[in-house]
Amino acid sequence: MSVKGYPLPAEGTAWADEPPRLLVEEASFAYQPAGKRTSQFTLEPVSFRAQRGELVTIVGPNASGKTTLLQLLSGLNRPLGGRVELDGEELCRLDPRTRAQRIAVVQQESPLVFPVSTTEFVLQGRHPYSRRLHFPSEGDLGLALRALEQVGAAHLAGRWLNELSGGEKQRVVLARALAQQPMLLLLDEPTLHLDIGGQVELLKQLTALATTGKTTIVVVTHELELAAQFADQVVLLHHGRTLGVGRPAEVFEEAVLREVFEAPLRVEPGPGNRPSIRLEVRPK
Amino acid sequence: MAAVKPLTLRRVVGVSLLLGAVLLVVAAVAVGLGPVSISARAVGGCLLQAATGNTQHMSNDCRLIVLDLRLPRVLLALLVGAALSVAGAGFQALLRNPLADPYVLGVSSGAALGAILAMIVAPNAPLASMGAAFVGALVTVAAVYFLGRRGGQLDSYTLLLAGVISASFFSAVIMFLMTSLPGRDLRGITFWLMGDLSAPLPVRLGWLMLATWLTIGAIYTTSADLNLLSAGEREATHLGVNTGRVKLIVYLGGSLLTALAVSVSGAIGYIGLLVPHVMRMLFGSDYRLLIPASALGGAIALIVADSLARTVIAPTELPVGAMTAIVGAPVFIYLLRRKLG
Repeated sequence: MSVKGYPLPAEGTAWADEPPRLLVEEASFAYQPAGKRTSQFTLEPVSFRAQRGELVTIVGPNASGKTTLLQLLSGLNRPLGGRVELDGEELCRLDPRTRAQRIAVVQQESPLVFPVSTTEFVLQGRHPYSRRLHFPSEGDLGLALRALEQVGAAHLAGRWLNELSGGEKQRVVLARALAQQPMLLLLDEPTLHLDIGGQVELLKQLTALATTGKTTIVVVTHELELAAQFADQVVLLHHGRTLGVGRPAEVFEEAVLREVFEAPLRVEPGPGNRPSIRLEVRPK
Repeated sequence: MAAVKPLTLRRVVGVSLLLGAVLLVVAAVAVGLGPVSISARAVGGCLLQAATGNTQHMSNDCRLIVLDLRLPRVLLALLVGAALSVAGAGFQALLRNPLADPYVLGVSSGAALGAILAMIVAPNAPLASMGAAFVGALVTVAAVYFLGRRGGQLDSYTLLLAGVISASFFSAVIMFLMTSLPGRDLRGITFWLMGDLSAPLPVRLGWLMLATWLTIGAIYTTSADLNLLSAGEREATHLGVNTGRVKLIVYLGGSLLTALAVSVSGAIGYIGLLVPHVMRMLFGSDYRLLIPASALGGAIALIVADSLARTVIAPTELPVGAMTAIVGAPVFIYLLRRKLG
């Protein structure tokens, strides 16, 4: 199945001259299990920058450091070395509230303890803007409903979240992130529970959001083909090391991908300078 | 399922007024119940006289039975019920476990152990025993929290098991300490371990009331954050919640409410589990409504339970904890099977 990609912005478009919105410079991190001297996992210094309206994907095999990098971008973890800046401000200097007004994170699924309606759930995205003991205003409600509309889930308003299908739930989670009106939107494997149609649909929505809303979007994904077709930039990680940063056609080299993913992958040049990646298993 | 509307301030006030009215009626009926039966209307008249300072025309029934005997007991049940319910609702969000409750988690027993140790060391200092109950509750919540973790994550079953084991261990130590104390009878100990509202108060009711409402108010300031915290700590952080601060307030507040309740009534079980659960079914799980609803609902529930404990096998009294456990334990099993099974 082939997926039609989006044309890459031409070199030298307006935003290419602007200062970067997201600046990652030599950012590194290490997990150290309690009581042990050696660290369990190390993310070696990684650098890239992203502009307004850009869609960046982080790809790599399991345990390559994708989620670790995403957590540095979310400000949840502070880099051990280097820095992560959003519009010129270091993330770790922002208080949680300000950070939540600028960065929204869509995580892999987390279980619900208590039942909640979709509308209430999306309204949670307005939390960083509301004062303590403040009840949602008409404006908040309008924004929440518009966010649901934006992801094609207006018909789900008022339903119970735990009664929705995986794909419907994913949309509602995305709507909550949009209700935060972020300048940086981070998604950790958002396509995990979606079928191929749902995956393409989601990536199209994200591309539209990036270009029309001028949001910078960073997606961690396992889907190389989707990354090749939709991303403006790809960051390829392997064992905590950055193997490549750049346009899909620059990063996705057949020899590198075969080595990194230990799979017989075939990369062919496609239309619009977007490579096409196929799995090539020869019949015995 | 019909469309669910987001919560408004009007709804919070409306539900609170409704539950407040029910509470008033229940309290008036409860004050009338007993060997000398007094109608709710007469109780109302008596309270009105007391409130307006019109003491000359007051009957003996009013002064001795209503004002001196039964009203303080009903007010105590009201406070303890409210405190335990709000503590339960708070722990449920803090530990992300719908089955958390001060009694099931062993926090009540920890507070009781603290109170008893203080009574042995300093028998004539009621405030010391309350302070020790607070420390006992704090230590137990922390211990159960760390024992309930598996692989860095809170595990529902492990958490509940850690709570139940702590509770039985603390009860055994309490039993041991109290039987070796001179001048305390076993029946009294059993009553206290089960939870009982008939023991004399160590401090004035007014102080207890002030401390309880202030603590509930402090927890209420975090209610919007608790909605997000119950969905996961990392998620709450991404939505701008200062999780460290919120957890600290609920941890301290929940422990203090448990300690206040335990030091005046022993370890009453299941109120903190059942009441928030029923309120969630009736009014939804938004903490901005759940906390006031649980406070009022808990007050109503414990007044009803205590009235039953006083009258079911009159003239003998049951410990109120026996009443709450008879209803609470089966419901707990039902919820456990449904939620975790």
